[in-house]
Amino acid sequence: MRDLSLHLLDLAQNSITAGASLVSVRIAVDGNGMLEMTLKDDGKGMSPELLKQVTSPFATTRTTRKVGLGIPMMAENAEKAGGALKIESTVGRGTELTVTMDTANIDCLPLGDLAGTLLSLILTNPLSPDFLFEGKTKNGECSFDTREVRSALGGDIALNEPEVAAWLKEALEEEINPIFGGVTI
Amino acid sequence: MKTLADLEAIRAKTLENINMRKDDNAVRVVVGMATCGIAAGARPVMLAFMEEIQKRELKHVTVSQTGCIGMCRYEPMVDVIMPGQEKVTYIKVKPEMVPRIVAEHIVNGRPVEEYTIGAAE
Repeated sequence: MRDLSLHLLDLAQNSITAGASLVSVRIAVDGNGMLEMTLKDDGKGMSPELLKQVTSPFATTRTTRKVGLGIPMMAENAEKAGGALKIESTVGRGTELTVTMDTANIDCLPLGDLAGTLLSLILTNPLSPDFLFEGKTKNGECSFDTREVRSALGGDIALNEPEVAAWLKEALEEEINPIFGGVTI
Repeated sequence: MKTLADLEAIRAKTLENINMRKDDNAVRVVVGMATCGIAAGARPVMLAFMEEIQKRELKHVTVSQTGCIGMCRYEPMVDVIMPGQEKVTYIKVKPEMVPRIVAEHIVNGRPVEEYTIGAAE
């Protein structure tokens, strides 16, 4: 994974698979350059047994093969950059994943195209779940909530309708890129 | 500046299109977006399909995603499923390849053979 936004795209898929109706993402970089990303869902959650082994590459819920690299790769990239990955989960309530990284560390991943990640998540999951994104850096704060979009649009229109998709792309870029950049490598 | 108020106008326009689309000739584009697909570059490919379809106003085409199908070395992979035809699987897709796939396959009905998994194997 080349940047944090791609990790986010990958990890959010776990929340969607867990049947979440709301996926909340918050990325904040504090004055000391410590980045914290939390990904919170109200999906089905994980049992304590699964939670214990979920950072192992050999734990996966999929059936095609016995490895799952999404969470282990994120954990490794966080640890390399002077941070950590932490997961809390309750069966029936949901899961909260927190990643920290020191942005001053030379091994810290770039943020990447966060607006592109959110757009991809929304367009490939046009009916459910809803996504809430909040960001905060020294450049300011931003937020985006698909529940607001849905209520302005009316419930009978999917968010991947071409006209809506075009609006989402511009709205996300306008909201997020001034705060996080949005540069891809 | 995009505001939520824009959505009102979009709503009216979109409802017309939805009614037009309720027919059987829907085309499906499915992009592999598991860890392997994302790491190989599926996100820009997916967005390129969205953009191209929007640009050409192809109202009968939907783009969706799927997980890992076990051929990670060929990612990013894209399936194009035309009504009444067998599914065509494109491999190692780059955003630059998308306009050609849309023009030749989705619009004109001729798969781009050289990009397919059949050409690689």
